[in-house]
Amino acid sequence: MDIMTLVNALPGAAAQGLIWAIMAIGVYITYRVLDIADLTVDGTLCTGGAVCIMCMLNGCNVWVSILAATCAGLLAGLVTGIFHTFMGIQAILAGILTQLSLWSVNLKIMGKANQAINVDKYDLLVSLRFIKDVPFYRNTIFVVAVVIAVVIAILYWFFGTELGCGIRATGCNANMARAQGINTSLNKVIGLMISNGLVALSGALLAQYQGFADINMGRGSIVIGLAAVIIGEAIFGKLFRNFALKLLAVAFGSIIYYLVLQVVIWFKVDTDLLKVFSAVVVAIFLAIPYWKSRYFTKPTVRKGGNTNA
Amino acid sequence: MLEIKNVYKTFNAGTVNQKVALNGLDLTLEDGDFVTVIGGNGAGKSTMLNAIAGVWPIDMGKILIDGKDITRLSEHQRAKYIGRVFQDPMMGTAATMGIDENLALARRRGQPRTLRQGISAKEREGYRELVKTLDLGLEDRMTSKVGLLSGGQRQAITLLMATLQQPRLLLLDEHTAALDPKTAAKVLALSDKIVHDNHLTTLMITHNMKDAIKYGNRLIMMYEGRIIYDVRGEEKAALHVSDLLARFEQVSDGDFANDRMLLS
Repeated sequence: MDIMTLVNALPGAAAQGLIWAIMAIGVYITYRVLDIADLTVDGTLCTGGAVCIMCMLNGCNVWVSILAATCAGLLAGLVTGIFHTFMGIQAILAGILTQLSLWSVNLKIMGKANQAINVDKYDLLVSLRFIKDVPFYRNTIFVVAVVIAVVIAILYWFFGTELGCGIRATGCNANMARAQGINTSLNKVIGLMISNGLVALSGALLAQYQGFADINMGRGSIVIGLAAVIIGEAIFGKLFRNFALKLLAVAFGSIIYYLVLQVVIWFKVDTDLLKVFSAVVVAIFLAIPYWKSRYFTKPTVRKGGNTNA
Repeated sequence: MLEIKNVYKTFNAGTVNQKVALNGLDLTLEDGDFVTVIGGNGAGKSTMLNAIAGVWPIDMGKILIDGKDITRLSEHQRAKYIGRVFQDPMMGTAATMGIDENLALARRRGQPRTLRQGISAKEREGYRELVKTLDLGLEDRMTSKVGLLSGGQRQAITLLMATLQQPRLLLLDEHTAALDPKTAAKVLALSDKIVHDNHLTTLMITHNMKDAIKYGNRLIMMYEGRIIYDVRGEEKAALHVSDLLARFEQVSDGDFANDRMLLS
């Protein structure tokens, strides 16, 4: 239990938290803005990683590879969107269907269950190795922070446009949105695409960071994304009202999640149990608003009138 | 202006819950008609409005606005022509968005949603002035989330939203039924003013017979998915609640006892 082991591990945890933050922002867009629990992301994260690694192994520039990965994510979101709107399948089931099919797609992209990329032979944007002893502009924490800042800036702009406002209205009250002439089906598809595009971008960075893409890398990622959203809201919810700040809160939530995880690991907790911890933490946080309304609200006092009448 | 031709709609067809909601409905509105709609529960009043708005497809018949067949247009496509206010105050606004943002959404009804700014500073000022006319003190809370407003305030905002982009047809579906009597009267008076100021063709469902007589230039009574009584102009203005009750008793015999409570 050497404190230095923990201190040394923290920058890595922060970097990982930042990369997952992009994924969590994607989850925020479906879960909070569109009010859809989209399970596609478990597959999309791996798709992003797989496409990025395969592109790079085939000689593409790192930026082109990341762009290709993001586009693959957009496509995955499009598929879920079509399942949900055009084919009328429940959102959660539509996501599960896409996720399942992505398993095969990911295997076909990679050709096998795992594809590694050598940081010394390829010019990666982020890596485990770029945490210490590199100039700051090559430092993964800095690079990913810049990426997040750009992502938040673009999303802030987008959700302030006519189209973006329409998407927010769709998630808030679809009846009202349609009555105001908003094509809610189209907007849901766009929202799902943006979300999955971000998740794939996160996957692309994650695969570079860890040096490989793996068929299992996305498993349970929706839970991590939700955890980041919920932690961010729980801690910064009262403080951050602005949309950009809310997205920033999600990013902080993700970093905090990984830092806490690192501490848990440092306590030598069996790492096989980590997923169950994550699930329980998310379940409890999701339950809190329900418990609050169910058990901790005072009955409203009726104004005047005789209740026995 | 609005033509409803021989429209049929059956819910849960082929099940024990089968319900013929619209049964060969015919209705033609003239430009500028302000029509109040009355009828017992299940008479098809809301179903008629939903059929016009395109909430679901109808089984048979045609609906035209200004001679244009809108029967096959989707709900959001028809919104270009139609402004709506619902019975449930929660239904007409986006609760997590500001008053100004809600109005900006409504301002763009019937226009393509582009990547231009969702709301401009100039627009904001205009909305402030507009909301000021409601005289509810909301002009100083323009960025407040609509979810924080009372039912009456939300209905007033929804009314503005429905008429901000002048609709060819305004549909009011018992929009004061969920409000307390005082607020209801205020919202109703506001509706009447907006309808008159803009010469809007309007269909207004109400359960209150007095209101049905007091407002508008035409009154229709529905029963079992059809219009059974249609009166306008001076004849309408001269009506009394007792006339309507008698008329209703005449056509519905047995069912009248059940519906009397609802209509009085």
